[in-house]
Order: sequence, then structure tokens, then C-alpha cells
Amino acid sequence: MLTMIPPLLIDTVGIAAAFLLMFGLWRMSSPVTAPTGIKVAGVGMLAAVVASFLYTFNVSPAAQPHLPMNLALAGIALAIGGGLAWWSGRKVAMTAMPQMVALYNGMGGGAAGAIAAMELFGSHAHGITQLGVTLLGAIIGAVSLSGSLIAWAKLQGVLNKPLRIKGQQIINAVVMLVTLVIGFYIMFIVQSGMTPILPMQSLIWLFFGSAVLFGILMTLPIGGADMPVVISIYNAFTGLAVGLEGFVLQTPALMIAGMLVGAAGILLTLLMAKAMNRSVSNVLFTNFGDVVKQKQGAITGSLKPTAAGDAGIAMRYAGSVIIVPGYGLAAAQGQQKLYEFVKLLITAGVKVRFAVHPVAGRMPGQMDVLLAEAGVPYDLIFQLEDINDDFASTDVVLVIGANDVVNPSARSDKASPIFGMPILNADKAKQVYVVKRGEGKGYAGIVNPLFYADNCNMVYGDAQAVMAGMIEAVRGLGVSAAA
Amino acid sequence: MTIDGFVALYIFMLAAFAGWVIIGRVPAILHTPLMSGSNFVHGIVVIGGLYALLNASTALEQGIGFVAVLLGAGNAAGGYAVTDRMLAMFQTSGHQPAHAAHKAGSHRRKATAPKKG
Repeated sequence: MLTMIPPLLIDTVGIAAAFLLMFGLWRMSSPVTAPTGIKVAGVGMLAAVVASFLYTFNVSPAAQPHLPMNLALAGIALAIGGGLAWWSGRKVAMTAMPQMVALYNGMGGGAAGAIAAMELFGSHAHGITQLGVTLLGAIIGAVSLSGSLIAWAKLQGVLNKPLRIKGQQIINAVVMLVTLVIGFYIMFIVQSGMTPILPMQSLIWLFFGSAVLFGILMTLPIGGADMPVVISIYNAFTGLAVGLEGFVLQTPALMIAGMLVGAAGILLTLLMAKAMNRSVSNVLFTNFGDVVKQKQGAITGSLKPTAAGDAGIAMRYAGSVIIVPGYGLAAAQGQQKLYEFVKLLITAGVKVRFAVHPVAGRMPGQMDVLLAEAGVPYDLIFQLEDINDDFASTDVVLVIGANDVVNPSARSDKASPIFGMPILNADKAKQVYVVKRGEGKGYAGIVNPLFYADNCNMVYGDAQAVMAGMIEAVRGLGVSAAA
Repeated sequence: MTIDGFVALYIFMLAAFAGWVIIGRVPAILHTPLMSGSNFVHGIVVIGGLYALLNASTALEQGIGFVAVLLGAGNAAGGYAVTDRMLAMFQTSGHQPAHAAHKAGSHRRKATAPKKG
């Protein structure tokens, strides 16, 4: 009778945790409710972790003698893994967020893969369905682990160049095929009870080895600009792997949470790909994303440099200003100075708004976080579809650290590699100032005709220094001008 | 409780649908915290790792179970830490109602008293 209580408690907490995790994500529909949402989800997670120690009362007879050791190991693993990740998550810079998310995501995939490995090594999985699901979850988890780690290395700058070998697709296909064949062979051996050609343990190691290798090979050729899509895909992968292993372990909380994230990740991936005007398969299999060697349409006009101070004063006397920030701004740590300048403009009565492109930054929405970090209120931040029609009636647009997302060739030049990508219509404003480090090309290496347009002036220099110059010039106008 | 084939499919189908609907409502401005937040949610894998580790009976299983819990705990704790940190940064401006009106309209019901100036 007493043995009935722990499982009942675990199930109760499990269903509560599943609800709280879903409810937490539900509250993410607005910046107002989101902060409490994540806390609600955190309570659910904590309760589920604490309750899972109740498994102690119902361990299998074989594991009974090892229980004290296992409990100690569990405590140490929780403390080290949780502690290190918590510490790194607290101190990571907001610019480094994409690689951090990739890293945590890889850890989740690895955990799902490890659970599958234990099921296989301990021969716990029986029947075709259980085995099949275990193996499928194992593949997805292992690919997510190694793929996320490669994505981390690329975003961190450890791996700089996309690695491309001739016949990459064929090699990838062969590795995937080998993984599947080993998987089916393991299923066949377990089901038929026949003696395998290799010891079972070696087969399982081989299976995981080739799945991990596939994740590496699949991610290596993908360029840096496509990383937002890649992180998103692996997030979905880990979710699916967790959901599948949840089925194997008969834990509904894992099934629900995993599949929820799996579906969410797929939706987010599609949204990202749409914002970049690419299909997901295009990102994964055609290896565009950094080097572009296509012919451009002819460029007319010239680059017209101007001083930071002059641009600043022009904005001070404008009626409305839209700022288009890009990753270059964050790379130069210029957000604080930019917001300082914006506050000056607002005090002077200028209507200032920020226009953020969906792929500004290295992961979806990263620019919004970077602006929020600098103190920019979110109601000044507008997304592409909400603000794009307003550019034509705007006096001044300040493009800072952004390039491809305001490139008009995406609208007009069929030869351009970014043709069809939704862009911010900065070129339609009366006057455009572009803050840039030098005359070089953007992240994707594409010439931008906007810079040569009649209504556009270039302000060269480091974003932070340029903003300081603008602030100084506007302050120099004195209190009387600002009143 | 046993969940077999079709019951599992029902659970998966409903959860996938819920995920699609929930994430579809999230504004683009919150896409980074959303991604790290959903990353945190699949950190629930740690309880699967705990189950497997507590039931480990060989040194190999103990080793892999240890790794599973270690990684799962990292996923959950790290995902929570970064999401919580990012969401705390999003603040509204009290003094710009005219500019804020059209975008933040749906938020303002609850945002009449901003947390910080």
C-alpha cells in the first residue's frame, strides 16, 4: 500500500509541472506578462526535479544495492551541471546569447541521447515500438548534441570558416544511412535473439558515433549568417528527442514538454527562414550564408560622407526619426550611447522609433534584447511589418551597424542573392544616414545601392565614437535649442 | 500507468498543437527569450535522466546516467538563468504614451503602472 504513494505523487507533480511549463510559455505573449511566465515555469521544473527523487522508493531490484551510490551521483551531477550552467547563464554577455543557447540546447540533446543509451545498454527497451522510438530519439538527440556544439563553435569564433568538401551531400547521406542500418540491425538482433556480428555494446557505441558524426558533418558547411535558423532547428530536434525518450520512460511530462518545444521550434524555424527568404532545406543543403559570388546590378551615384555632428543636428531638427540598428551596433557596444542620443532627441520633441528586422542579430529577436539591455523601452521598438509603411513619411532614418536588411536590391534586383528577402524600406525616407566602420561590404558581402542613393549620407567610424560625436553636437546647441 | 502506441500519439498530437498555438502568439520582439525559454522547457529531460540514473545497476549505466543528469541539469538551469535575465530587461516607457499607443495597445491594459520609470 505504501509503495503506491510515491508513484502517485510523482504523477501528480508531473502533470502540475507540465501545466506550469505550458502556462509559462503562454505568458510569453507579451513583454508585460513574460517575466512572471518564466518564473511560473521555473517553479514547475523545480517541483518535477524534487519529486523525481521519489523514484528512490520504487527502483528495480537490480539497482537496489547501488541506490546510495546512484543518489550521490545524482546529487553531484545536479549540483555541478546546474551550478555551472546557472553561473554561466548569469554572467554571459547579451551579444554572446546565441552561442549560449546553442550550448544549453546541445546539453539537452546529449541528455536525451544518454537516456536512450542507458535503455539500450541495460536492455530495458522491449518490443518494436519501444526500441524504434528509443533509437529514433537517440539519433535526433545525438545529432542535436554535436550539431549544437558545432554551431556554438562557429558563433563563438572558434571555427571561422565553413568547411566544405566535395561530395559533402553524398558523405552525409552515407553516414545517415550507416546510422539507420546499425539502428535497424540492433532492433533485429534484440527482437530475434540472434548473435550479432559485433558485441552488442560495440554496436551501440558505433550507432551513437555515427549519429554524432552526422550532426557534425551536417552543421560544418553551414555559414555564419544562417546560424539563427540552425539554432532554431536544433532546439526543435532536442524537443523531439526529449518527447520520444519520455515515451520510452513512460513519463508524460517529458512527452508533453518535449513535443511542445518540438512543434514550437519548427514554427520558429519556418518564421526565421521566411524572414530570410530561404527555405529550410535551402539553408541545410545549399550552403549559402557567407560567400556570394553573383553579379550585381549596376550602381549609380556616389558615397557621400558627412560628419557625425552634422547628422546629429539634422536629426535634432527633424520631426520624426526611425533608427535601424544592426549587429554592428552591438559589436561596437554602441547601444548605450545610441539610447543616450535618442533620449536627447525625445526631450527635444522629435518622434523617435526603432525598426528591427527579424534577422537583425545572430538569432531571432536578439537585437530587441540588446536594445532592452541598453534601457530602450519596448514600446519604442517596432517590427518590420508594423513600421515599414511609415518610412516614406519619415524625415530621417539612421541606419547603424545594419546593411543587408536595408538593401533595396532585395526588392528590385533579381540577380541579387537576397532578392525577395523582406527588407526595411529605409531608402524611402527623406534623408538617410548610415553609420558604418568603413566602405566594406556587409555580412553577406553584397553591395548596397542605398549607400549610393541621393538621399543617403555615410557617417564613417566606430558606432560608439559616432554616437558620442552626435551627442556632443546636439548638446552643443545649448539648452535654449532643446527647450 | 502505461502509455502505449496510440495514447502516446494522442498526447504527442495535442502537445504539438498546443506548442504551435502558444508560440504563434509570441511577438517577434520576444523571440530570443522565447527560444531560450523553450530551450529551458526541454530541460525537463533532467527528470528522465534522474529516473534512469537511480535505476542504474552497472558502472557503465551509472556513468552514462551521471552524464544525462549533468547535461539535463545544465540545460534546465542555464535556460532558466538566461531567459529570466533577458525578460527582466524589457521595460515600457511611462512618458511616451503617444508613440507607444499603436504597438503597445494590447499591453497597456496591464502596463499602466510601469515597474521602473
